[in-house]
Amino acid sequence: MNQELLELLEQKATILRRDIVEMLYKAGSGHPGGSLSAVEILSALYFKEMNVDEKNPSWKQRDRFVLSKGHAAPVLYAALGEKGFFPKSELWKLRKIGSLLQGHPEMKNIPGVDMSTGSLGQGFSTAVGMALGLKTDNSDSRVFTLLGDGELQEGIVWEAAMAAPHYKLDNLTAFVDHNGLQIDGPNEEVMGVNPITDKFKAFGWNVLTAAGHDFGEILDALQKAKETKGKPTVIIAETIKGKGVSFMEDQAGWHGKAPNKEERDQAMNELGGMSHE
Amino acid sequence: MSKMMATRDGYGKALVELGKENENVVVLDADLSKSTKTAEFGETYPERFFNAGVAEQNLIGLAAGLSTTGKIPFASSFAMFASGRAFEIIRNSIGYPQLNVKICATHAGITVGEDGASHQALEDIACMRTIPNMTVIVPSDGVEAMAAVKKIADYQGPVYLRLGRLAVPVINDQENYEFEIGKGVTLKEGADITIIATGLMVHEALKAAKSLEDNGVEARVLNLHTIKPIDSDLIIKAAEETGLIITAEEHNIIGGLGSAVAEVLSENRPVPLKRIGVNDTFGESGKPEELLEKYGLSADKIFKTAIELLAR
Repeated sequence: MNQELLELLEQKATILRRDIVEMLYKAGSGHPGGSLSAVEILSALYFKEMNVDEKNPSWKQRDRFVLSKGHAAPVLYAALGEKGFFPKSELWKLRKIGSLLQGHPEMKNIPGVDMSTGSLGQGFSTAVGMALGLKTDNSDSRVFTLLGDGELQEGIVWEAAMAAPHYKLDNLTAFVDHNGLQIDGPNEEVMGVNPITDKFKAFGWNVLTAAGHDFGEILDALQKAKETKGKPTVIIAETIKGKGVSFMEDQAGWHGKAPNKEERDQAMNELGGMSHE
Repeated sequence: MSKMMATRDGYGKALVELGKENENVVVLDADLSKSTKTAEFGETYPERFFNAGVAEQNLIGLAAGLSTTGKIPFASSFAMFASGRAFEIIRNSIGYPQLNVKICATHAGITVGEDGASHQALEDIACMRTIPNMTVIVPSDGVEAMAAVKKIADYQGPVYLRLGRLAVPVINDQENYEFEIGKGVTLKEGADITIIATGLMVHEALKAAKSLEDNGVEARVLNLHTIKPIDSDLIIKAAEETGLIITAEEHNIIGGLGSAVAEVLSENRPVPLKRIGVNDTFGESGKPEELLEKYGLSADKIFKTAIELLAR
């Protein structure tokens, strides 16, 4: 990967992390852990891989992204705002009454959101439907989706996982944000999801793994996904929940809790200094 | 003896015609295509037919996704599973984003018959009409089902079409029949009492009205094929002009047509109302005709209820 691209992506990742912390602080509620763990994945998609047009969000030939783990809405909103789908001032009104940005992604009003999600598993299923529709039309557009690891406990995930290879949807690439934690604790204590790789392999997917905070590995996997024909690809991204904010890292307690003023200040200092006020 | 046709047969027939007229129409099923009557579409347009397998949640999710790419998905399964098992996917992935998906659920109601209570959806109207943006249609015969399928394909937005397994008498004249979403049909004028029916109970309502006529009672009969948006004007007018209302539906009396009519009446023009339907109980195995009789879904029950109401 060229240095210029890497620097751009690293820079975008830091901006996204800062925006996530700031918007959650201002919202007073929301999900920082699973938003921060997916920053590199979203950055790679929106600032490198995906063919989208922020001036024409419903452009028919665009690639689609479905945030199946809809509670990570802040990372999606940060990416869309940074990309220019809507003014970044909207970010600071997240979750407020009458505002554009709902607690979970909403497609009717928010430019750039391709599917309303939030109820786990459904985004994955609808992403398979999207890929099926595009495939039927021989479209070049591709569909990307991101699932949480706890989300894999939903039954509909495996219904959809069975359908995508059946319909040979090689225009579909799924990520699993494997940070190992969910609301009540580690996946393996709550309801074991491992081995994820073997499960998807058994369902007929092309399964790749990547270090989920390493742009080189993410982009390599995306390239392999693009080259794989006849079956969908899932990239198991090994991540750290709360990545980038020391006191949030690997803490299940930061799944769905907003930082207070002090915590936000500390997070901002860790992420390059205070500047949002 | 009038011609008999199940509403599911009207659906299957209309789908094939629709496939020819509109190439954006795609059909999904959950391993019940022979029963839901989507199989003929599948044979005619295999590239536009998708079987989800025995996976009703994913059936609905796939339909939602397909609609975002410009397709007009018609998704079918039995009403119990389409509306019940997949309820929350319909609510969150179709209703909330207001996607253009048509959920066409067959084998609704007690006339599923021998399969018994596990397969007899008696709460699907209630569930579906509580979802914002959702249109709920219950055709009374095969002809109305065909007309409804054509109309909902042109309508932009989510629709729940409730269809039956049992062959029922054709009551609508094919040549002249005009179906309009949200507009009830006055099948018989009358000034003494109004029977508002939906689905296969429309035929029973007409039979009851005939018996009432023989006893000197002029009953008005309304076919409310659209439960949502409900034709409030027609209901209020009936209340004003006849003063007594009976509703008749193949559904739990809680949450369905009777409830929807009660809501309109109580807020606009309160008049005495009797709801005929399954009385908040599960069904059982049996022949459809036997079950209709046992659970009081008959012309006779409507007739007796009308006489009682008139005598009050």
